[in-house]
Amino acid sequence: MAFLDLSNLQKSFGQNHVVKDFSIAVEQGEFVSLLGPSGCGKTTVLRMVGGFETPSAGSITIDGRDVTGLRPNQRAIGMVFQSYALFPNLTVGQNVAFGLKVAGVGRAERDARVAEMLDLIGLADLGARYPFQLSGGQQQRVALARALAPRPKVLLLDEPLSALDAKIRVSLRTEIRAIQKRLGITTIFVTHDQEEALSMSDRVVVMSGGRADQIGTPFEIYNAPATRFVAGFVGTLNTFDAVVTDPATGSVTLNGLPLALDRPLDAAKGATIGVALRPEAARLGRDPSREVVLPATITAVQFMGAVVRITAEVAGRRFDLDTFNRVDTPPPAVGGEAEISVGARDFILLGD
Amino acid sequence: MNKVFAWIAFLFGVLYFILPLFGMAEFSLSMRRGVYSLDAYRVVLADPQFQATFTFSVVMALVTIAFGILLVVPTAYWVRLKLPGMRPWVEFVTLLPLVIPAIVVVFGYIRLYNTSSWLPMTGTATGTNILLMFGYSMLSLPYMYRAVDTGLRAIDVATLTEAAQSMGAGWGTILARVILPNVLPAVLSGAFLTLAIVIGEFTMAALLDRPAFGPYMQILGANKAYEPAALAVIAFAITWACMGLIQLSTRFSKHTRAMS
Amino acid sequence: MAETLRGRAANWLGLVPFIVFAVLFLILPTLYIVVGAFRTPEGAFTFQNIIGLNTASIRNAYWVSIKVSFMSALLGCAIGFAIAAAITLGSLPKRVRGPMITFSGVASNFAGVPLAFAFIATIGPAGLITMYLRTEWGINLRVYGWNLLSTWGLIVTYLFFQIPLMILIITPALDGLKREWREAAEVLGATGLQYWRMVAFPILFPSILGTMALLFANAFGAVATAIALTGPSLNIAPILLYAQIRGDVLGSPNLGYALAFGMIVITGLANTIYIVLRIRSERWLK
Repeated sequence: MAFLDLSNLQKSFGQNHVVKDFSIAVEQGEFVSLLGPSGCGKTTVLRMVGGFETPSAGSITIDGRDVTGLRPNQRAIGMVFQSYALFPNLTVGQNVAFGLKVAGVGRAERDARVAEMLDLIGLADLGARYPFQLSGGQQQRVALARALAPRPKVLLLDEPLSALDAKIRVSLRTEIRAIQKRLGITTIFVTHDQEEALSMSDRVVVMSGGRADQIGTPFEIYNAPATRFVAGFVGTLNTFDAVVTDPATGSVTLNGLPLALDRPLDAAKGATIGVALRPEAARLGRDPSREVVLPATITAVQFMGAVVRITAEVAGRRFDLDTFNRVDTPPPAVGGEAEISVGARDFILLGD
Repeated sequence: MNKVFAWIAFLFGVLYFILPLFGMAEFSLSMRRGVYSLDAYRVVLADPQFQATFTFSVVMALVTIAFGILLVVPTAYWVRLKLPGMRPWVEFVTLLPLVIPAIVVVFGYIRLYNTSSWLPMTGTATGTNILLMFGYSMLSLPYMYRAVDTGLRAIDVATLTEAAQSMGAGWGTILARVILPNVLPAVLSGAFLTLAIVIGEFTMAALLDRPAFGPYMQILGANKAYEPAALAVIAFAITWACMGLIQLSTRFSKHTRAMS
Repeated sequence: MAETLRGRAANWLGLVPFIVFAVLFLILPTLYIVVGAFRTPEGAFTFQNIIGLNTASIRNAYWVSIKVSFMSALLGCAIGFAIAAAITLGSLPKRVRGPMITFSGVASNFAGVPLAFAFIATIGPAGLITMYLRTEWGINLRVYGWNLLSTWGLIVTYLFFQIPLMILIITPALDGLKREWREAAEVLGATGLQYWRMVAFPILFPSILGTMALLFANAFGAVATAIALTGPSLNIAPILLYAQIRGDVLGSPNLGYALAFGMIVITGLANTIYIVLRIRSERWLK
């Protein structure tokens, strides 16, 4: 049995089924993200693990102990909230010490642990400050230290970075991941930001409509999305409808243009299937190493610095493609004709 | 267990509020032996003293409200616009009536403005009425100022003023045509609260010897049995009406904010 | 330079009506009393009036007043807090909240003479509950020491406006408690009691204290309810002062000033205690 085991969790509020049959087995020390749009049930799953919601059905075990019916304060869980939720009347040190104090840990041990935690988050000197004297990023780090101080078995992170500035968000996510790895603590991270989920996690759960659409490593999720929803939600995607001409060799036509997908297809001849391309998989101009060349009309160019995002029209559809900026290659002119080269293996087949 | 406790607290509160109201209503209907009747109300309403004192207090309240608006709206506006540094001090002064008992202040009035003083306001009935009106304005100052100041916070006083000035408006026009309409809901809720306070006020009116509704009720209470209960019901209805009007005016303010 | 000076003077001009009003009808009358408390009838400085307050009767009047005000403020805070907590913290259906708040607005302003009538009609000697208990249950409240025209009668009556006032003031403060604080405490292992003791109560403490001071002053200066309830019979500071103003029962006008001065000192003290405690308990706020 896995360290944290959610099996067949369901939750309804009245007639509203928010979570439908959700299962996952999380190994000890694993960092798992629940990714999905708002209302997909990810927060409800997290709150059921935390003990703030009681599952309508299913069970939750932590380290072999069934905690489904336990109150939050009996579960040995650490949690970080989107709004920091630091106690405003307590100093940073007192906030971090809170969990130890209510557990009856002696003063000396408490102080030592608080110092250790503040050191871990790099705020060793700020123990005497009140939360309002800290920046958002500092507050969230204190919240992390507070959650970790009582040595919880599982750490729950509820969109901890959403309230922060873009810059701090990026630096803090590296920091959180580093701390998590160092302590080896099993972590569930809820977010609607795919970049966060992909960059931090061992595994990502993409949720929609109260179900897990796909559970996999960031690489799998991004490159082999299991459903149309996952494909569309994670990353930018150019999708096309293709008509199968020969399932055995993977030949299809795309708006009359024949192309080979270089793999056998699980569809009948004449059927329509969904194929997709990541913006970074395509290349402007003719590239001899790539099998497929698509004629395109440039409709917009967005120069973003390192990356140039080009929008073109391909086979009657909008097509986004990203190229790296190069000093010797100015962006193409809008309205011009161009060719786009794609590797046959870069096409992603979309399921349902 | 939490829920049980909450229900106990809630029901205790409901009983505490309802029982005296029920008691006074029941008592006010019991003038005729054995059956409920409106006799007590009939007697009270027909009493010329009731009519006279009630009218006096209503007029007093209206004048107080008018004076309060004239004093508080320009002051609060001016402080926000030109003297923001003075705001804590002005606020402190407006809150003093909550700290200094009214009876102490009116004691001061009696000594300070008696017939042999430099400003013999208590020498004539009109003078005393004016003094009472100032006293009532003082009593309602904390509520009036707070209401208006809260209303002003919701609008951008400086920008509105500059916009009006750029179109050639003078101070009077700005206050009457721009600021007042914008804080009207706040002013109204302050006004109705003043009405509720003034109509039943006892201490100041009694000590200044004015024929107001409060002292009338007290005298009646000392001499009659059922009529006071009827008066209490009437007074409660007035208070309720004032609070209802306050709610109405704040709802009105939400409406205007949603529109702008 | 002259221009800005004139501008600054003009700015102050706008405050003149308010200053004149406040000085004439609030500050000067109060100062007159304060100064009078330290003067002989001839106008010389003296402590004799203050010393003169130290009689059994006046001491008792102050003491009863403080007791009534303190108890009604304390009970008003406690009961009002319990009711406000019940309607805000989610244990009760949401629809009871609106009516309770509206009603509190009405009840907190229903003071003075009519309030006394309502209580006389309910638990006075011939009141509804008194009679009901006597005729239906054979319980004579008087035998159990109940008397509306007493200290406790006054406290029970004052609570009718003290409780709703507390509800009105503390409800927004309770709304300000974030749900996440409670959840964070819970998930860190705290019991409900520990959460209240270590987080919620300290956060609410300044508001509770402030309301307590306000309720104290509110009860301490209440004249109308007391007079309508008990007539001049109850010996409390405001009633004694009322009688003194009407008929100089103390036999010295300057003793009257001292009595009034004492009342200002007590309500002022209550508010000072409040401000000091509030500053100390609000270190975590800006």
